[in-house]
Amino acid sequence: MYRYNEFDAAFVAERNRQFRAQVERRVSGALTEDEFKPLRLMNGLYLQLHAYMLRVAIPYGTLDSARMRQLAYIAERWDKGYGHFTTRQNIQYNWPKLKDVPDMLDALAEVEMHAIQTSGNTIRNVTADHFAGAAADEIADPRPIAELLRQWSTDHPEFQFMPRKFKIAVTGSPNDRAVIKAHDIGIRVVERDGEIGYEVVVGGGLGRTPMIGKVINDFVAQEDLLPYLESVVSVWNQIGRRDNKYKARIKITVHEHGIDEIRALVAERFALVKPRFEGVDAALFEEIKTHFSGPDFVQKSEAPFKAAYHEDPVFRSWADTNLTAHREDGYAIVSISLKKHGQTPGDASADQMRVMADLAERFGHDELRISHEQNVILPHVHKADLPALHAALKEAELATANIGLISDIIACPGMDYCALATARSIPIAQQIATRFDELKLEHEIGELKIKISGCINACGHHHVGHIGILGLDRAGVENYQITLGGDHTETAAIGERAGPGFSAEDILPAIERLVHGYLDLRASSEETFIETFRRIGMEPFKAVLYPPAPAVAAE
Amino acid sequence: MPKPFTPKVVTANHLLEGDVIYQTADGWTRNLAEAEILLEQADADMRLIEASQQTDVVVGAYLANADASDDGPQANHFREEFRATGPSNYFHGKQAGALPGPLNGQESHNPSRI
Ligand code: HEM
Ligand code: SF4
Repeated sequence: MYRYNEFDAAFVAERNRQFRAQVERRVSGALTEDEFKPLRLMNGLYLQLHAYMLRVAIPYGTLDSARMRQLAYIAERWDKGYGHFTTRQNIQYNWPKLKDVPDMLDALAEVEMHAIQTSGNTIRNVTADHFAGAAADEIADPRPIAELLRQWSTDHPEFQFMPRKFKIAVTGSPNDRAVIKAHDIGIRVVERDGEIGYEVVVGGGLGRTPMIGKVINDFVAQEDLLPYLESVVSVWNQIGRRDNKYKARIKITVHEHGIDEIRALVAERFALVKPRFEGVDAALFEEIKTHFSGPDFVQKSEAPFKAAYHEDPVFRSWADTNLTAHREDGYAIVSISLKKHGQTPGDASADQMRVMADLAERFGHDELRISHEQNVILPHVHKADLPALHAALKEAELATANIGLISDIIACPGMDYCALATARSIPIAQQIATRFDELKLEHEIGELKIKISGCINACGHHHVGHIGILGLDRAGVENYQITLGGDHTETAAIGERAGPGFSAEDILPAIERLVHGYLDLRASSEETFIETFRRIGMEPFKAVLYPPAPAVAAE
Repeated sequence: MPKPFTPKVVTANHLLEGDVIYQTADGWTRNLAEAEILLEQADADMRLIEASQQTDVVVGAYLANADASDDGPQANHFREEFRATGPSNYFHGKQAGALPGPLNGQESHNPSRI
């Protein structure tokens, strides 16, 4: 894992010292809220509906047990004993007091964490595949690139006052688990004739104008990557629209100018930028890579795994849904679900965080990941240890076997916390998960991604959900719009609106009709929801969502 | 045609605690039911200005719609209902015990303002 160097540590310490002084001046009245707000946002501190909210970066979603324990400590000491893991691989604390925030930041710094660049018009926390360094299908670990980008962009003078925020995601596998096509820049590691390079995708994004990113270059050589990305950002910095906040993201620039024009401008710019990079970045990259060399894998018998798999149906069900193939023989990637039926998606109590930290230490080479799907991953667990791990998870209510299923829902905080929300999202997720658990149908339904946002900003990724739900305020009442056919993977697609929205009471029955409709319409039990949707299109689903009978009010 | 005026309360977040507070005739409260109900536009505008000037106590003061009732002002939009009670996913926030009565002086460095 990447360790801070002296420069990083001094930088964070200085920022924390400055922020402590700024908080003091705000509390004394020397700074007005208008003066203070940009300062607190630069340090990840928001003001939400009921309280302040501190957003802490977890770079490329990677943590060790010491950091996880510190997150637990902070939750207990200064918050209400829990934290919320987000789709941006951050953790949010929902209840800090203004005066405590400098202490919280210092506590984070003790474990080399911070809340910088989690807000504002900067290059945000670079996200990466949560199975990085472990996945069987991986070409190369994406995290060294993510770290290189973090170092390059942190405090880069050209990138502090950009037209708008800028989000980058990296995947090292052909299977995209980092939603790279919904980011301003998406990077995919590719291999061509034995050489590692990068496919670069630009102009993706969700929010009020959702766009799927387009390939601007299908192979950028390793030594060209930083100058190439700098060229992309600086072309956008020049021609991106600063006149209108809603048109400022690079997705609009790409949309308005066309990918071919942008590609040509970037090539021109690249010719100027490239000579300024004299290979320092290449040396740095080699150095960074040594921090991600991976654990010392052990070899032992898989017999305990096989025995438990055979004898214990609960373990088997969990193993079938929550494990993913590892690149190393004898190992598995474990997804710990933070989506126990009826719970708030992505929330973990301080005790649960500690349990996960202990298990990572005992069984997982001391590594944890946060996934954009709001779950926690133990990337390296030997199969022999899985039965003991599972037993410990069960005790902590962390053994829900639902990864990738209908109850593994992404939901943004919505109106329960968020000041921008137009409706709630969490209770909708809770109801859907609880209902399908009661029906005992979710394993029968198979892979199905429901994603819920509480407003048009789309923090819950609803556009790329197989079923997307968007909460709106229609004349003072919560109203939920359904989109179908979205896809967050390498075959990314924006969902299509199904029709008029549903009230908070009607949304659950609507989802039930939709899912029962899918079970009737699918060609076989092998055909997933998204495959059925692609085969037969919107109309049959519309018919089940909006039956002609007067029983269902459709607006 | 301008919309007819509907009753309002002045609400904001508390600078230090961050939680939702409401203006009373002579200070602030954490309970909507104890807020001062404003029945006239001019009065509401004036009270909002007074609230906004207390930058060392409150953040983001605004006028929220409310219905007058015998039990004090009641929220009439779901956003204000959540602000008055807290999140609906857990029993916490205000619903778990907003202290009744006026905010006490310790919560501001400048008690005279409260
Ligand atoms: C609760 C406080 C939050 C606020 C005030 C907030 C605000 C926003 C806003 C204004 C946007 C739209 C930006 C734009 O289109 O330019 C946005 C986008 C986004 N937010 Fe949040 N957000 C919050 C929480 C979250 C959480 C908890 C998550 C993760 C679960 C999240 C993930 C995202 C993502 C992934 C986008 C990207 C959509 C895009 O591509 O533009 N946000 N957020
Ligand atoms: S989508 Fe809207 S409601 Fe949900 S967290 Fe983002 S800004 Fe808040």
